[in-house]
Amino acid sequence: MEYILENFFNLEIMQAALPMVLKGFGMTLVLIALVVPVGCLGGLAVALLGTSRSRLVRWATIVYVDFFRAFPPLVLLIFIYAGLPFAGIDLPAIVSVAIAFLLNTSAYYGEIFRAGIESVGDGQTEAARSTGLTGAQTMGFVVIPQAVRNVLPDLVSNTLEVAKLTSLASVVALPEMLYAADMARSVTFNASPIVLAALFYLLLLWPVVRLLSVLEHKTAAR
Amino acid sequence: MSETVVLSLTPWDRFVDSFFKLSVMRDYLPEIAQGFLLTCYLALEIVVTGLLLGLVLALIRAYRFWPTSFLIIIFADVMRALPPLVFILLLYFGLPGIGVNLSGFTVTWLTLSLVLAAFAEEIFRAGILAVPKGQWEAARSTGLGFGRALVFVVMPQAIRMTVPPLTNRTIAITKNTALGMVVGVGEILNQATTGQSFSGNASPLVLGAIAYLILFVPVVIFGRWVETRFAWKKV
Repeated sequence: MEYILENFFNLEIMQAALPMVLKGFGMTLVLIALVVPVGCLGGLAVALLGTSRSRLVRWATIVYVDFFRAFPPLVLLIFIYAGLPFAGIDLPAIVSVAIAFLLNTSAYYGEIFRAGIESVGDGQTEAARSTGLTGAQTMGFVVIPQAVRNVLPDLVSNTLEVAKLTSLASVVALPEMLYAADMARSVTFNASPIVLAALFYLLLLWPVVRLLSVLEHKTAAR
Repeated sequence: MSETVVLSLTPWDRFVDSFFKLSVMRDYLPEIAQGFLLTCYLALEIVVTGLLLGLVLALIRAYRFWPTSFLIIIFADVMRALPPLVFILLLYFGLPGIGVNLSGFTVTWLTLSLVLAAFAEEIFRAGILAVPKGQWEAARSTGLGFGRALVFVVMPQAIRMTVPPLTNRTIAITKNTALGMVVGVGEILNQATTGQSFSGNASPLVLGAIAYLILFVPVVIFGRWVETRFAWKKV
């Protein structure tokens, strides 16, 4: 018991690591704020292309989505970070992360939005068009709002996954929270900084997990 | 001499030479193939342990005995909220401090199994709750006990509903086997990056990418098929 406290919950070490981990936490928040909107917008674009009238575009979208869902996100990230320099393209870590996550998350968000758009009945589109709205207005004001509501639990669930995904950036030495905590761990030879980071992740993401449970209950009840 | 050779290359040649150099690919093919097998093996172990543990937890929770339910909820919430890499690093670097030495493989297997169990438990539970109450009542009124009604009447119906979300979640989690690279598991990504740094050439990475495509494209397409095959019939 004493060993566990000393190695995992060492308050002295936690206190010393706190400023570093907090700084990393800020970076994690920045990453989430960057990746979630970019992924959402990319996903929306993928979904719109996936419901296009042209069969060629639809097929190309399916290939894109399946291709990028087949790669583990870490593989995409390492490829872009370690592979592209061989093509003479040197990207800073944060740009590599942004590109890798855009490719990965837009495929997942795209599938969710597509399911949402398909869940809205054709009558909605027909009614909107017959009132004189253009195709784009119909999509933006009638179909997408209903689509988002229908797949809200999936959207929240995916956003939670994206938030957790940002921890992968530590592998390419981007100083987000896990990287900072692991640095502190390797200096102190003690796992307490990682426990500290875990606590911050829980603080940030546990409410989302709870929200998700509530949302899923509501959908099940409906 | 070699300088002039490099200069005489067109950009296209240089690209092919960096990413698709056959001699390098041939050198690293055995390693990548080994990584491929290890990834498959690790993924299978995770799927079996994770799904079984998730099922057991969901069954225990169906008894609505509050102390166990409470513990299961805490477990499921924490494992769903924490990034798996945090847990992997915590176990790999933390446990030796208290005298427990686990290999990178064991740590990755354990972490991802627990994460899958947490998600699977929630999905199974949602399935159990979605079975109409009448099924319970009918089963109980024919004289089945709670346990037998759960196992023989409710679960078979519940599991059918859980197939699509469970498949997708399982696929997503098995892809996380790539995280094993960070703690030295010799799976595909690790072999590919090692090959890349030894050869100073990106071809092993491309080979690794091909290995992932061979492994996961069929799995993703299977997931898509399952989704349509077991889709909720909308009334």
